[in-house]
Amino acid sequence: MHGFANPARFLRLARWMMPLFLVSGLLLSLGAVLYGLLVVPPDRLMGDTVRILFIHVPAAWLGMAGWSTIAVASLVELVWRHPLAAIAGRAAAVPGAAFTAICLATGSIWARPTWGTWWVWDGRLTSFLVLLFLYFGYIALSSAAQRDMAGGGGGSRITAIFGLVGAVNIPIINRSVVWWNSLHQPPSITAGKSAIDATFLWPLLIAALGFSLVFGGVVLARMRTLLADIQAEARLRRKAMA
Amino acid sequence: MNSTTSTGGIKPKHQRLVLLVIALVALIGAGLLAAYALSNQASYFYVPADLVKVPPEQGRAIRLGGMVEKGSLKTRPDGITIDFVVGDGKARVPVRYTGITPDLFVEGSGVVAEGRMEGNVFVADNLLAKHDENYVPRQMGDMSAEQIKQVVAETK
Repeated sequence: MHGFANPARFLRLARWMMPLFLVSGLLLSLGAVLYGLLVVPPDRLMGDTVRILFIHVPAAWLGMAGWSTIAVASLVELVWRHPLAAIAGRAAAVPGAAFTAICLATGSIWARPTWGTWWVWDGRLTSFLVLLFLYFGYIALSSAAQRDMAGGGGGSRITAIFGLVGAVNIPIINRSVVWWNSLHQPPSITAGKSAIDATFLWPLLIAALGFSLVFGGVVLARMRTLLADIQAEARLRRKAMA
Repeated sequence: MNSTTSTGGIKPKHQRLVLLVIALVALIGAGLLAAYALSNQASYFYVPADLVKVPPEQGRAIRLGGMVEKGSLKTRPDGITIDFVVGDGKARVPVRYTGITPDLFVEGSGVVAEGRMEGNVFVADNLLAKHDENYVPRQMGDMSAEQIKQVVAETK
């Protein structure tokens, strides 16, 4: 584990992994979404509206995976004081929030023709909107902590604690359609079984893989940027001292 | 979170790990308790069995959700008022609605009706179609269960 604590080693790895993830992820996502738009047959009840599935569901998974990344990074930061973990958590916040917003927007577009409404305050939709607001809070807190670092404050640790506390929402999102009556449908994919026909399931899984690779690529790119920022700032400070 | 103690005590990082795990368990426990306590309030609608067990006040705005019973859907002579029965396998509630229904509103599928009880009839102001968790392409959906079985057997 401590082998990866070395930023120089991380940067060597990230330099070739980042473009690999981004390019392969974009190709897979684009292929799966186009296949879903043009080739897949319409659904029995929903008709063509089913095609939004290939964006909505992977975006939902990545929105939740983003916060899970933040939670794990926060734990590692708080317990092992791993410098890269703090940066990984900060880096995952913006792409996670973007996927959450995409999920909410596409879900709303799907809901209008399917349910007959843009939005309802049921358990699933409400808890997912809370996730978006948690991301906004986390991003605000981490940028405030970064400014605070110059003054030697403990803001980074507060951000990490917020990241851990916010993780409580993830199981709530996951279980919301089981615990409470909701307008949103219950999970289609549960422990090895799928209520989604194979015609829809394969492009969905490939889109999910593509979206995940894009997410990974963006996180690596942002980590490199954050590390470069820290180095530049340290260099400036040394110069000012001299 | 104390700094290092050189008296042979536990390492600070292990202490932090134990503290954080305890805090997390407490936090998740609190979250689960809150979710459990909310179990009734956070539900989006009542099912017919709820309405039969604890009848709501007449005229109070509520939502009723369940399956539209097969063969129960009837259109009145005015052409826009419909009557149907919502059931959940345990109880059945008759519903009346005037207006345009969503595309997915069909017999045998889920519905959420917003409205109020008037006598024994639920009068709905708004209907929302509930989609279930099944995603089936149209060609297969039009077939009966036996036909699908046949097709699956042929392709094996």
